[in-house]
Amino acid sequence: MSTRPVEAAATAEAAPEAATATRAETAVPTRAAAWAARPVHILRESRPGRRTLVAVLVVLTAGAWAGVRTTGAADTDDAAAFRFFDDVRDWVDSHRDTHPLFLYGVNYLRLAVVEVIDIVQTLMHALSGPATVAAAGAVAFLAAGVRTAILAVAGFLGLGLLGLWEAGIDTLALTVSAVLLAVLIGMPLGVLAARVDAVGAVLRPVLDVMQILPTFAYLAPMTLLFSIGEPAAVIATLIYAVPVTVRITELGIRGVSPVTVEAAAALGSTRWQLLSKVRLPMARPSLALAVNQTIMMALSMVVVTALIDAPGLGQDIVRALERVNVGAAFDAGLAIVLLAIVLDRITTGAARRAGAHRPVRTRLIRTGLAAAAVLAVSLVPWGTRHPEHSFAPVVNDVTGWVELHWFDATDALRSAVSTVLLNPLESVLTTTPWWFFVLVVAVVGTLGSGWRSALVAALAAAGIAGLGLWLHAMQTLATVLVAALVTMVLGILLGVFCAQSDRLAAGLRPVLDAAQTMPSFVYLLPAVALFGASRFTAIVAAVIYAVPPVVRLVERGVRDVPAEVVEAARAAGSTPGQLLRKVQLPLARRGLLLAANQGIVMVLAMVVVGGLVGAGALGYDVVAGFAQREDFGRGLAAGFAIVLLGIVLDRLTQGLAKERAS
Amino acid sequence: MRWTLITSTTLLLAVAGCGGASSTAGSDSPSAKGTVKIAINPWVGYEANAAVLGYLLEHELGYTVEEKNLKEEIAWQGFETGEVDVIVENWGHDDLKKTYIDEKKVAVNAGPTGNDGIIGWYVPQWMADKYPDITDYKNLDKYANLFKTSESGGKGQLLDGDPSFVTNDAALVSNLKLNYKVVYSGSEAALIKAAQQATAQQKPLLFYFYEPQWLFAKEKYVRVKLPTYTAGCDADPKKVACDYPDYVLDKIASKKFADTGGAAYQLIKNFTWTNDDQNLVADYLTNQGMDHERAAGKWVKEHEATWKPWIPS
Repeated sequence: MSTRPVEAAATAEAAPEAATATRAETAVPTRAAAWAARPVHILRESRPGRRTLVAVLVVLTAGAWAGVRTTGAADTDDAAAFRFFDDVRDWVDSHRDTHPLFLYGVNYLRLAVVEVIDIVQTLMHALSGPATVAAAGAVAFLAAGVRTAILAVAGFLGLGLLGLWEAGIDTLALTVSAVLLAVLIGMPLGVLAARVDAVGAVLRPVLDVMQILPTFAYLAPMTLLFSIGEPAAVIATLIYAVPVTVRITELGIRGVSPVTVEAAAALGSTRWQLLSKVRLPMARPSLALAVNQTIMMALSMVVVTALIDAPGLGQDIVRALERVNVGAAFDAGLAIVLLAIVLDRITTGAARRAGAHRPVRTRLIRTGLAAAAVLAVSLVPWGTRHPEHSFAPVVNDVTGWVELHWFDATDALRSAVSTVLLNPLESVLTTTPWWFFVLVVAVVGTLGSGWRSALVAALAAAGIAGLGLWLHAMQTLATVLVAALVTMVLGILLGVFCAQSDRLAAGLRPVLDAAQTMPSFVYLLPAVALFGASRFTAIVAAVIYAVPPVVRLVERGVRDVPAEVVEAARAAGSTPGQLLRKVQLPLARRGLLLAANQGIVMVLAMVVVGGLVGAGALGYDVVAGFAQREDFGRGLAAGFAIVLLGIVLDRLTQGLAKERAS
Repeated sequence: MRWTLITSTTLLLAVAGCGGASSTAGSDSPSAKGTVKIAINPWVGYEANAAVLGYLLEHELGYTVEEKNLKEEIAWQGFETGEVDVIVENWGHDDLKKTYIDEKKVAVNAGPTGNDGIIGWYVPQWMADKYPDITDYKNLDKYANLFKTSESGGKGQLLDGDPSFVTNDAALVSNLKLNYKVVYSGSEAALIKAAQQATAQQKPLLFYFYEPQWLFAKEKYVRVKLPTYTAGCDADPKKVACDYPDYVLDKIASKKFADTGGAAYQLIKNFTWTNDDQNLVADYLTNQGMDHERAAGKWVKEHEATWKPWIPS
């Protein structure tokens, strides 16, 4: 499962500019660039009075905590929230074929989705394998040019070469279905949100929750409403991807120059004309970016929906996970990365050309050429045999060797992190009474991010207690904090190195791209192979998942430090180390704080997946709620607890970043 | 834009015009004729059943087999929509039987697989030799220290499998007031790896495990005695304080498949073999790196007398 809320949110903010460049290079960093473009007043930062205040507060808190700490008793397994969700489940289960809500609502929804999937699948399977490859090339050629066409053909041939053709096409068909629906629903909503402020205000928190809610948490309700199978899978994917569509569309429409709109209005355009002739065409690059990001989100979610019977590459990955077969997961993961790269390049290419116009004749000729090529390929009798190559044996050999020879080292590392960091932190958090935690969140929030954020964060923290999952939430929080710490240390180190060496940055970029596109499921496997079933495994997987955007943000932050400032510091005789510590990092602080905010939310998403491999706590509750009937209510409650935890962390860190910026 | 409007209006009208849709409307079509959809639950013994049945369906009866990797309880939901035709190794699940067979009437019992299922807590043989009284749950607390890990929070660790497996372990630990904590390894493969390590390196391990299971043919593990099972002692999953029952593993088919599945359903219904048979195929699958097709093919070639009677005349 991979929640990529932050990456998406980041792109959303950067929408208009980013549309013209590739996602990999600009998506995340442009937000950082936007941050960096604001006026800088950081140097007034160190006020001695404030430091003293913080120190006093820390001491007071520690003292108070020692006075009020509890024994950290286990959560009840019969909280009101669990019972409530269980009751809802039972009600739905028994009214599915009688209540009008289902007869005329939910069931028709499902039916409509089934239709869409059927059409898409029929189209996808209508062509033979080689013709599909040619068609991919043709679409890429028309949308994005010759180089992308070559890439698309190579990518699709790669699928066949990996022996994952069928699965790959199944995955593609589901992704396309979900994206179609997301665009149909999301774009009008986005336009509405941009034009009617009230709609935007209502939608925003809903989208926030949709993006933080762990994917596992809504698989169970999905199967409850739509049963297992492709429709449920597509709807789950839709829910996961549509916030991005809405957000980027909204930003794109809002970004349309008011001058142009006014001019058109002055010329007597109707409101409908203003939308269809001015706003939508002018926002076209953003709309293309919205499609691009929706595809990326959908692709990562479709893999997870294998758990509710979606066909495709996800099946291979789920199976590999169950058998701890790292090699098989690598093959399937690679196939997904190939698909992602091809789809990404096609849509970014299309976005780049969205503004440009070609004469109709040229377009016709190009379309004709492409169609002729597809036809020619489909007429050649290719036969059904093709070479296959799997990386599984090699990957498994390497994993086996590492496991055998590094076992002592990995085991020692795991124990060390667990005893030195994780366990002490966990016991502090779990023995904190909930009201004390809420109080601390409120105070820290007020000092750091203002009373509004503090209020939201404190309410969210209290909500976790209300759900009856306090102990598990605090255990999860401990894991998240340790993972976030490791992520930040690694991310800052790598980011700083990348900022100083163009070669390293160029070399690292494809690795980061792949790490971001690989479904997060896949990371679990090497982590499990090396570290067994433990919280540490979840931490390792989370770090791999969250480091790439942090590296990018840090790199961009450091690179964006004005060259004159760096020069001046050099001229004043700073050593490179001093330059970094005294000038570049302090000036890049906003980028770093933003990176911390994003890193933490991403880590949270991944730590939940760790529930699959022994990380326990909320992640386990969610996973079990999905797999065991009697745990349904607790699982759903745990899903919401994770959302609340996400809100607490996001508000505290986001506020911090903003406060520093102002 | 205008088109979207028109289409959606038409769609709305269409909806208003006709009656309500059932929860399974539009979900296909009892499997296209000649296709059997077998759920694959995540343990290798199950896969052995599915592999052999799939092989025979394809090679002896000419059906196409579609395998679906699904967890146990989720696979049951597939009976409603026709996503799943058959589950070929079911462990108890009386609550699901009540819901899907008795109340919803979308599934039927297709008879036992011939395998006897045991679930229990195990320790490696060397531990039973070294600490003879460890095999009684009453003495487990005495040894809790041995089983401490970084994950067990100062208590002893009881290693469980996939969170979707049939288990009462969390309730058992708390109701028997044991100083232990259940930690989920996530999969059968992870469980087996831990067990093998415990034997090879003489590391203490207390774990959830089950038979039929190929590992028992290679290494010895001893079951820990829990309070004796009596009928109904596990009725309330939260209050269980007794051992697991002996399971008669069976096959469950969707009603639709049972009615229209013809020879395919007959074959699945007739299928019954021993734990040794299953362990053999599971061994092929796990330790000899064979896929379903090859492992089942090998077994089928060598055991004609066993499977011939399953083929419907």
